[in-house]
Parts: sequence; structure tokens; C-alpha cells
Amino acid sequence: MSRSNDTLLLANVSRRGLLKGMAGASALLLAARWDAGLANEKAQFGAGAMPGGWIDNPNVFIHIDADGVVTFINNRAEMGQGIRTSLAMVAADELGADWDQVRVKQATADQEKYGNQNTDGSRSMRHWHEPMRRAGAAARLMLEQAAANQWGVPVSEVHAEVHKVVHSATGRELGFGELAESARELEVPGRNALVLKADSELRFIGKESGLVNGELKSAYPKAVDGEDIVTGKAVFGADVDLEGTLYAVIARPPVYGAGIKSVEDSAALEVPGVKKVIRIETADQPAAFNPLGGVAVVASNTWAAMEGRRALEIEWDMAAAGDNADYTSDAYRAALEKAAQSPGKVIRQSGDVDAALKDAEKRVSATYYMPHMAQSPMEPPVAVVRVKDGKAEAWAPVQNPRATRDGVAGILGLDRENVTVHQTLLGGGFGRKSKPDFVSEAARIAKEFEGQPVKLQWSREDDIQHAYFHAVSVDHLEAGLDAEGKATGWLHRTLSPSIASLFAPDPKHKGEFELGMGFNTMPFSIPSIRLENPPAPAHVRIGWFRSVYNLPHAWAIQSFAHEMAEAAGKDHRDYVLELLGPDREVHNLTVGDGWNYGEDPDLYPIDTARMRRVIERATEEAGWGRESQKGRGLGLAFHHSFVSYTAIVFDVEVDDAGELTIHRADIAFDCGPQANPERIRAQMEGACVMGIGIALKSEVTFQDGVAQQSNFDKYLIPRMPDAPKVVRVHLIDNPDDAMGGVGEPGLPPVAPALCNAIYAATGKRIRRLPVGDQLSG
Amino acid sequence: MASLTINGRQHELDVPDNMPLLWVIRDVVGMKGTKFGCGMAQCGACTVHIDGVATRSCVTPVSAVKGEVQTIEAMADDPVGKKVQQAWLDLGVAQCGYCQGGQIMNATGLLKSNPEPNSQEIIDAMAGNLCRCGTYNRILAAIERAAGKEVSS
Repeated sequence: MSRSNDTLLLANVSRRGLLKGMAGASALLLAARWDAGLANEKAQFGAGAMPGGWIDNPNVFIHIDADGVVTFINNRAEMGQGIRTSLAMVAADELGADWDQVRVKQATADQEKYGNQNTDGSRSMRHWHEPMRRAGAAARLMLEQAAANQWGVPVSEVHAEVHKVVHSATGRELGFGELAESARELEVPGRNALVLKADSELRFIGKESGLVNGELKSAYPKAVDGEDIVTGKAVFGADVDLEGTLYAVIARPPVYGAGIKSVEDSAALEVPGVKKVIRIETADQPAAFNPLGGVAVVASNTWAAMEGRRALEIEWDMAAAGDNADYTSDAYRAALEKAAQSPGKVIRQSGDVDAALKDAEKRVSATYYMPHMAQSPMEPPVAVVRVKDGKAEAWAPVQNPRATRDGVAGILGLDRENVTVHQTLLGGGFGRKSKPDFVSEAARIAKEFEGQPVKLQWSREDDIQHAYFHAVSVDHLEAGLDAEGKATGWLHRTLSPSIASLFAPDPKHKGEFELGMGFNTMPFSIPSIRLENPPAPAHVRIGWFRSVYNLPHAWAIQSFAHEMAEAAGKDHRDYVLELLGPDREVHNLTVGDGWNYGEDPDLYPIDTARMRRVIERATEEAGWGRESQKGRGLGLAFHHSFVSYTAIVFDVEVDDAGELTIHRADIAFDCGPQANPERIRAQMEGACVMGIGIALKSEVTFQDGVAQQSNFDKYLIPRMPDAPKVVRVHLIDNPDDAMGGVGEPGLPPVAPALCNAIYAATGKRIRRLPVGDQLSG
Repeated sequence: MASLTINGRQHELDVPDNMPLLWVIRDVVGMKGTKFGCGMAQCGACTVHIDGVATRSCVTPVSAVKGEVQTIEAMADDPVGKKVQQAWLDLGVAQCGYCQGGQIMNATGLLKSNPEPNSQEIIDAMAGNLCRCGTYNRILAAIERAAGKEVSS
């Protein structure tokens, strides 16, 4: 099917107004929403604006066998968000497929064929539910037409039911499998001919199932990879098993940018099983997604390669690393905290903050620190590459297949068309695997072994010491309050190295896509506001970590709002609702955000009413306002990110020894329409636990440019005893707004909510993460 | 030369004595359900059973293995393991799934030695198994379900 620009008649009517007025008219409603994406090539926003855009051709995504088995091609990375199940459910629901007959096959890297495949930014369902519904609806129409042709009746007389097409007048039926061959020959109907199912006809989309807040509501339509996962059959990157595989590890420069002075490899080559030692060039700075360089050891199994690496004697050229070799966390933190006292680049300004602070009845001031962290998915980076006859084939757990393909092509000097990338399951991603440096490393090594597959395995030490680190950050805030405690002025300075430093000379300032993560989009209604961004240089590879800069921005803003409430002597919830001001839509451009997660601000403004609703829901469910015994307290935080809204309340207890118990978390979440509520709940639960780790435990520090943690003994992430005793997820029923992200928005408010709860329980204010042993002091 | 029984099958293996059982299972025998996560018994992704006892295969030299090894691939044939797997599916525990084989092996080991653990016993027993996706609350509920308790968390 060609990418036609069929626009629906409704396109010129204000979409948002229309949506709000049309709840209930489901088919039409969805059609109305589509026009945002229907002009694929010209789109400024959303799925159509992504490289490769969207594709909704059923012949690309849906295959039906003669025996009735329906295979969906999944074009997004599965890293635990359940997308292979959820997208297939969306298409299967619209098609009318019997879930037991549904299989899912993973697409290879091919943006021209499958549309955008870069799985980050909490975009998969937000950008793909509509194309998948269209693909399902078109396939259903083709099956109906095929049946009508066979029976010689008008197509209007037949209709699809679950896995079959029926001619009601005569009671004739044909299964999807029986119709598949003739349906495939038909022309794909135009988008204008598609009628999507009404909500009442849906079996999966938007339906609660599985475990809902501790109760097994109903059987969950089985997860496509569930059985394989629990039986050990699921194939992650490390599990790709090809005949004749060689195994490799790399000793990388301990400091970003360092080179090699000398290598003594004779002992390594004597380790049984070691076949070869290869020097890998240090990438030019900035490194982007290129290999860091180092020395690769190739062997007959992973253990031999690791033993060989242990036996290497390498003298590193630290001079090549420049001042990265002086990078030390304590000194850097002190420098940023000092810089935070001086004005920086003004990002957003209204009113006169200096006057407001000067004239304030009361001034509040605080500086917050969040350290570097490593994403550390449980599956460390790993890739298999085979180079043969001028072509390369890669198998890897990657979030960004296109960048992977281009990286492999680049390092091998091949055309993209000669590189095939097979995307395996990801044993967690969290942003680490959006950087395919490890696949390029494998390709670089495989180049030396024509025809033989090479599996490059990162150890946990490699993963933590050579991460694309979450940016360290300092946020300094000042506020002025009047005699009633009402905020009159708000000054916020944010300092973090930028991810842009990976790709270009270090800008030392955050870019629009970083500031737009909750900094300039801060929605409080305060007469005078000034937001500044003083410089912060990068000394390590900085990269995306789940929720990205929303983490420090939410942590600082939500902690500070609580400090303001305390200074004003007011209830925290009442105070933040006052800060939010009257219900209104804040258009992103009016706060200097031209990014908005790539979405149309007309369709996705910052809606303070939605913010208020999640705050009210979380606090109500948590029993906000009730008396707490000594050492126990409730803490609230909320945040808008990835065009969704989250609020969390923690109920915690801290005993005299400083031992923290998290009794309960109440999470309210509004992502607009919900495709698969079961997995939305799972994402919220998981983000809650991960966020507890960010708040309490996780930190990577540097000394002389070298990461000081290297495994889970020192780089701490949450364990089962750290989880809340009870987690409750409250999904806001909101089919009327446009669909928001799910994978990331649950994370940013966790740390500030937890620290606010700790304050409520103990009176101890946390301004430096992780909490670590600060409670026992 | 090491002689190992894995999931009831005998293997004669030409591997160094100090090679961890994990890499013998994965790279030499070629069974991929047992995962590498940390290499120092910090995460539990590599958990197998040796004579029914949950063991971290990444720090167990192959020469130290005296009993019969069972891996996640054999749990469907184990009455307790099967129950645990089913509870995992019923409650939608897994997210990415990478750690879950190790979690199931550890949970099954627990239920074999303590068929009716209370919540605290489960938490203590599972504290060595990391899940970066943060599925702990569902893991706890699934172990309770496998142990015959009603779901509650």
C-alpha cells in the first residue's frame, strides 16, 4: 500500500475540542485522532515525524496461514514493557483474531519496510496503536471481501467474528485460515474505507485483566513470551547460538578517551582456549555510539576470554583522555554547587524574580544533588556478529535497530543494505541498549574472522564502569513567599552535562530535549519565574537512562515544593494544588518548550487539571491527612513526563536506628487511553521499585576519571526487601485525551515522594541522593 | 575432564577445573536458560539446583560440583518447579524476563526446603536475586500462590 495522504474530513476541526466532545463515538473518534499521523511525510509531530514514520500496511505486519495461525510482525524492541504482547493484542482485537492462534515474529532492522523502530521515549504504543489498528481493520476487511467473493454476495452482507467470517443470511462461515490465500490477493483498502471497532466490540484493548492491585481479576490473555521466559527458552542476545561461535571480551580504557601505550599479551595467549588478541582503536571524541577501543581477547568460550583478559598487561595512554583523567565526583559536585550560586543562561523568564525574592516575607532556598547512575539491565550488553562475503549479520538486544545497522555498516565499511540486524529479546534496556556501541565492537572483532560468528560479552564490571552514565546533576532553587505563604517568585538553576556531548563538541548546556523534561515545562502558577542553566562540562559518556533528565528535575522541583509548603506552614497537597493554580492547559511554546516529546502541543498541552486529578487520586487512596504515629509519614510527589501524568504517595516508617520501611505506595497515573492496562500496572509497579533504588542506593562515583563501582556489591540496586510491602496502581479513566507514554513516566516522582515521606516521618530533609546512610546519622 | 549430570543427562566435558559451572552449561553444553548477570553471586540470574539446592553457578567451579545439576529447562518436569512457573504466568510476573529463570530456580529451591514459607521468609530467601525491572511484589505474590496461598500483596 502506498503511503497515501488520505486525510479525513474532520482534519480541519480543532482536534482536541472535537475529541472532548465526542467521547463514546469510538470509531469516529479514533478516525478523528488519526489525522495527526496520516500525513506521514509532512508530519511535524508524533509518529509521522519520526525517522521512517509509521507504516500500516497489513501485508507488512500480518500473515495468516492456511491453518489459521496469525503471525504479527513486531517492529519495536521488547525490553520488558510487554510490547510484543500489547501491540499484537491491539492488531488482533481489530482483526478479530483468536488470541490462542496468534504468534509474534520480530522484525529485522528495516526502517523503510517497518517504519520507525527506535524504541525509546515511551513511544511504542503511543505511536503504533493507530497504525496497528488500521492494519488489523484493513486485514479484516480483506478477509470479509474474500468471503463475499467466494459466496458471490455483497460484502455488506458478511461480517467478521472471532477468527471467521459469517454470512448471516445463510449461516455460512469461513475461517480466517480458509480465506487467507484469496484475501492476500486483494487490494489493500484505502484508509477512508476502514471502520474501526467501537469500544463495545473490543475484547482486549483497554480491558483490565490479570493481577489488579493484589487481586487476580481475570485470566490475562497470555503474554506471547511468557511461557518461553519461565521455561528458559526465551532467546535474549546472549542466547543466540550459532555453529562455530567465537567468544570475545574487551579490556576498555579505564578513562573515557584514554588510548593504549603498550600491550603484553603473551600470558593471555597461553590461557587454554584463547585464540587471538586484537587491539581496537580508541574512537575519536566525542565517541557517539562508536567502540571505546581497548584490547579484545577472542577464545573458544566466554570464560576463557575472560581469563585471557585477566592475563593481559596493558599500559594505558591517559594523556589522550585530557582532563577526563582528572574527573573526580566530590570535586565536580562542589564545582557545580558553586556554579549554581551564580546566574546562568536564562531559559525562561516572567515577572521580576529578583524583586520578588527581595520583597518576600519568607525566602526558601535549597540545592539538590543526584549522582551518576548506570542503567545496568540484568542482561549486560552482548552481541553476535558474523561477517561473510562482504555482508554482515548481527544478532543483538538493541533498542535502536537502525543505529545498530548503521554502526555495523560504518565500522565494516559496508553499505547498509549489506547488513542484517536480528533483534533479540532485551534482558532489560532502560536506555543502555539505545546505544549500540557493543554491536559495533562485535563487528570490529568479527571482521578478523571471516565467516565465523563472534559473540562479544560485556561483564557486569564492563557494564557499570563503561556505561553511558545518567548525567550527574545539581539543581538550585529559591522561592519567595508572601505573608500568607503564597509563592511570589521562583528561581531554578539546573546544571548537568548534556547528552549532546556524545555527538558534538560539549555544549556544556542542556538542549531543548533535556530542558523540556520537566524543567521549563514546570507548570506552577507563580507571578515571577526565572529558569537558568549554568554550564556543566561532560567528562564521561552521558546517555539516556529511563526517564532521563526528568529524574533530577522532578526530584528537585518536587522536593522544593514540599520545602515551600513547610515554610508556609501548609499541608503539602493543598499547597501544591495552589501552586498549580486554576485548571488550564499550558501550551508548551508559552514556556519555551518547542520539543514536547515530539508531540503536537495542541494535542498534548500540559494540562494542570490532569495533574490535579492524579494528585487528588493518589492522596485520597493513600488516606492523606490521617494522623501518623511517631516515625511514620506520608510523602507526595507528581510529575508530567512523556505526555503522561503521575502522582505517588508513599507511606513510610523510620525507626530509631534509621531503618526505613516502606509500607505502601499509591500511584495514580493518567496516560489518556489505555491499550493494555495490565502491562501499564506492571510498568508503574516496576518503576516504583526502580525509583526506590535511585532514591536510596544507586550511585556511580569517579576518581581520576575511573568509575569506583564495578559490580552489584558496590553499585547497589533495589532488592526484594527494598520493595514497598504494598503497591497500588490507580489508573485514571481518561479515554478523551490523546495517548501518552507509559514506560518512563512512573519513575521521576518516586525519589522525591519517598524523600518527602522520610521528611514527614523524621523531619530529616534529604537533598543529596542516594539517601544511603543519611538516616542513621 | 569433568563428568556432569545435567537434567538427567550425563556429560563428559573437557574443560578446566576452575571453569564456573555457568559457562560450562552455557558455552560448552549449550543450554541457554541459565543466565550470566554479575559473575560474583550478587544477582542470582545464574541460579541452578545441585541436588535440589539453589546454587549460584557463576561462582561454582565445575570441579566442585558433586551432585546432580538441574536447570530452568528441567523445571517443567519438576512438580514444585511446574507450580512455580504456572504461578509466574498466572500473575504476569515477568517483564523483560532475563532474571526470571534464576528467580524461579531460587523460589523452587525455597519451596522444596520450606513448602509454606511466610512473607518474611520469602523476602529473606529471595533477597539475593536481582530484578532490574522491579517485579518483586509480583514475585512474592507468585511464590505465595505456588505455596497454595490466596493472592494478596
